Amino acid sequence: MQVPYTVKARPDTGLYNAKIGIWLFLASEVMLFGALFSSYILLRAGSTTWFVGSEELSVPIGTFNTMVLIVSSVTVVMAWASLRMNDLKKYKLYMGLTILLGLTFLVVKIMFEYLPKIEHHHIPSTHNFYAIYFVLTGLHALHVIGGLIVNAYFWGPGAKMWETDPEQFTNRIEIAGLYWHFVDIVWIFLFPTIYLL
Amino acid sequence: MDATQDIKKEISGYMKIFGALAVLTIVTVAVSLLKVGIGLAVFIAMVIATVKGSLVASFFMHLAHEKKLIYLFLLITLVFLMSLFFITFGTIGDQVGVKIVSESISSGVH
Repeated sequence: MQVPYTVKARPDTGLYNAKIGIWLFLASEVMLFGALFSSYILLRAGSTTWFVGSEELSVPIGTFNTMVLIVSSVTVVMAWASLRMNDLKKYKLYMGLTILLGLTFLVVKIMFEYLPKIEHHHIPSTHNFYAIYFVLTGLHALHVIGGLIVNAYFWGPGAKMWETDPEQFTNRIEIAGLYWHFVDIVWIFLFPTIYLL
Repeated sequence: MDATQDIKKEISGYMKIFGALAVLTIVTVAVSLLKVGIGLAVFIAMVIATVKGSLVASFFMHLAHEKKLIYLFLLITLVFLMSLFFITFGTIGDQVGVKIVSESISSGVH
């Protein structure tokens, strides 16, 4: 059975279905992270003592990871643009770079941030600061992992669709890119909130 | 041919947005080094983060040229998100008539 409106726009919405699906999903994600940011505000406002993020966490590492995610946003949008210019080789290059940057973000986060913190017993039960730090950044890291799995599939076996249905494949990369950009936006707000204030 | 030219123009736009995001990231860190009150620091950090987020959404997520239905979804989301933050700030601000009970609990009851 042919799934309808994977390429052509639905006449009533003016959009292909996956575009509507991803934006509805991202709307739910806004509420998920919004609830956690809201919890952060409540915890901080209700606490008699609170750590200064820049004194507890490494600002250079946080800045480095911010730049890594921003560059990965550029590479994923370049991957989509490459497909629109019928250049599968460049797509593979840019999507490959996106995956490497995502992995870099995770490795830096785990090796240079989470593990040293845990070694020094700076864990969620230490203080609410660390509780919200691990929950917010941990949930964000899970989103990065989810994006990496999808992007790796589209870089590898999923790219076969380019031969049979290039338009649908291009749309799939657009959708994967929208998700990846959202993960970048969450970090753009998370970085100053947790690391700098 | 025209389509390829359009995409190349888009790509040069992406590079400019990347430059702006990199500069704003440095500005975010630089501003955090200034000795200002927490209220002003939060305001400045959130303004810069909102500008950065808007650049990503408008250009990388091409929201600047999206269909009305997507805008409707985002408007509804924004209303709910603002309501959530309104309740949060209302809870923090509503101190009138709230008794501090922690002392009595620690000193007497248990």
